[in-house]
Amino acid sequence: MAGDVPAAVAALMTEYVHAIDDDRLEDWPGFFTDPCLYRIATRDNEERGLPASLVYCDSRAMLLDRVVSVRHANVFEPHRYRHMTSAIRILDRDGAEFRTRSNYLVTRTMRDGTMAVFSTGAYRDVIVVEDGTARFRERVVVCDHGMINNLIAIPI
Amino acid sequence: MPETDTLIDWPEEGVARAPYAVFSDPAIYAAEMRRIFRGPVWHYLGLEAELPEPGCYRLIDVGDTPVIVLRTPDGGINALVNRCAHKGTMLLFEPFGRIERLMCIYHNWSYDLDGCLRSVPFARGINGKGGMPASFDMAENGLDRLRVESLGGVVFGTFSEETPPLEAYIGERLMPNYRRMTQRPFKVLGYYSQYLDSNWKLYFENATDPYHATILHAWATRLKLNRFTMEGAIEMSERGWHHLSWSKMATDRDGEVYETEAFRSGGGDFDEFGLHDPSVIEQWDEFGDGITTAIQTAFPNFVLQQIHNTIATRYLVPRGPAGSELVWTVLGYADDDDRQTGIRLKQGNLIGPSGYISLEDGMVGSLVQKGIEGDKDKASVMEMAGRSVESIVNSRASECGVRGFWTAYRELMGV
Ligand SMILES: [Fe+2]
Repeated sequence: MAGDVPAAVAALMTEYVHAIDDDRLEDWPGFFTDPCLYRIATRDNEERGLPASLVYCDSRAMLLDRVVSVRHANVFEPHRYRHMTSAIRILDRDGAEFRTRSNYLVTRTMRDGTMAVFSTGAYRDVIVVEDGTARFRERVVVCDHGMINNLIAIPI
Repeated sequence: MPETDTLIDWPEEGVARAPYAVFSDPAIYAAEMRRIFRGPVWHYLGLEAELPEPGCYRLIDVGDTPVIVLRTPDGGINALVNRCAHKGTMLLFEPFGRIERLMCIYHNWSYDLDGCLRSVPFARGINGKGGMPASFDMAENGLDRLRVESLGGVVFGTFSEETPPLEAYIGERLMPNYRRMTQRPFKVLGYYSQYLDSNWKLYFENATDPYHATILHAWATRLKLNRFTMEGAIEMSERGWHHLSWSKMATDRDGEVYETEAFRSGGGDFDEFGLHDPSVIEQWDEFGDGITTAIQTAFPNFVLQQIHNTIATRYLVPRGPAGSELVWTVLGYADDDDRQTGIRLKQGNLIGPSGYISLEDGMVGSLVQKGIEGDKDKASVMEMAGRSVESIVNSRASECGVRGFWTAYRELMGV
């Protein structure tokens, strides 16, 4: 354990999930540095050293393109997420840069009221704090499951 | 097949119709498992690249049947049903691994890599009592085996003695693209799958249906990555069972029809659609022929795809009448350089459950499944370019690929 969780880091984690769950996807790229790395990966692929991702963005503009596509191009049955996050662990700290791990669970609720656990896994993050504001330099979402229920349109 | 007549009444329009009942009837599903999945078809079993050394294995579900695909000590490939001959227990459950023999955890019956039963604990009993009777024949209690053929690094298997050789099954018309995509050894970049709330055939109809592609997948159409106005074709195998759809993005003519006809996938409500970071579609001419999309299928459930520089296999596992699992293997070639691998990984955004181009494909099947539930006596209509399974050149405005699927289906099901 490399120390307590700084307030700025905790705030980033919290604001991130609220932005997604409140459908403020336009705010989502702002949680990252530019350039950055956002990936959705599976635990099996990661453990076997296989590099393919479900989502791979390495700039804020690419994150924005995901949002634009969700809003204006892709079609799917509307749904909402609710994120539960816990167990933030600081793996190490290098000045204002923190490597962290935390757990997540996301439920997905469809417009007909059907609700189910949609995804669970770990966030593997590299977070930088500048002027009191924390941002993700890297956020790798490692899903425990290699099977996705139907599709992932909204980021985790 | 005497039981066939009662199974379903097929509409007189033939393969230009698919009765809704085939997507949800449990009796039809059970018949499909026997007549199609155990019938004269080749099933995708994986890649040679997944079995680099003797004893390396992977698991795969062929219809309802769990199968072990493994590399033998002499370099061959065996496909064995993953089920102990004693009680029916699954022998292996880690999806990939390496073994020297197969031993059931339940009573430790063990088999060699050819599936021959080699030992049964306490076969001679204890203190001369109990044990197996003299009539018990080890040779009769081996594992069930599939016939296996490997072509271009892709491994296929079949349960039937009647299945023609693999190359003949794919057919002369479609072998050129198969060779084009399998001429270099593959490298696996990763795996994922999608659970779909729809009958397996609804996804496979989608995979054999280029008609939807430039209409449903607005992302690629707006970016002019795929339009019907590009040079392209749908080529059908000799018997019509399998299809290949291809297009060349650099050859678009009169593509503005998507805007003038006000398709949702055209400019539509969002004229300025574009990429803030175009690196996601950075690409090279993969095979030097200008073809940017090539989707090839093999009945009943296999897809070999090139979408720009994403190379992948897909296969479907039926999970009961109203569910299916679509399994993706994301590929590159063993001789790719780092830049090419990097481009493939970034273009990975286009495919799979989060794919800009593919995320709608699984979803539409569930919309159909819900839509048809209450009217099992009705049927879907597929008359684009007529009712035949003829290939179409310089156009993809045809549903011949889907009709080809139903041609094979009716033949094997006897309906
Ligand atoms: Fe599609």
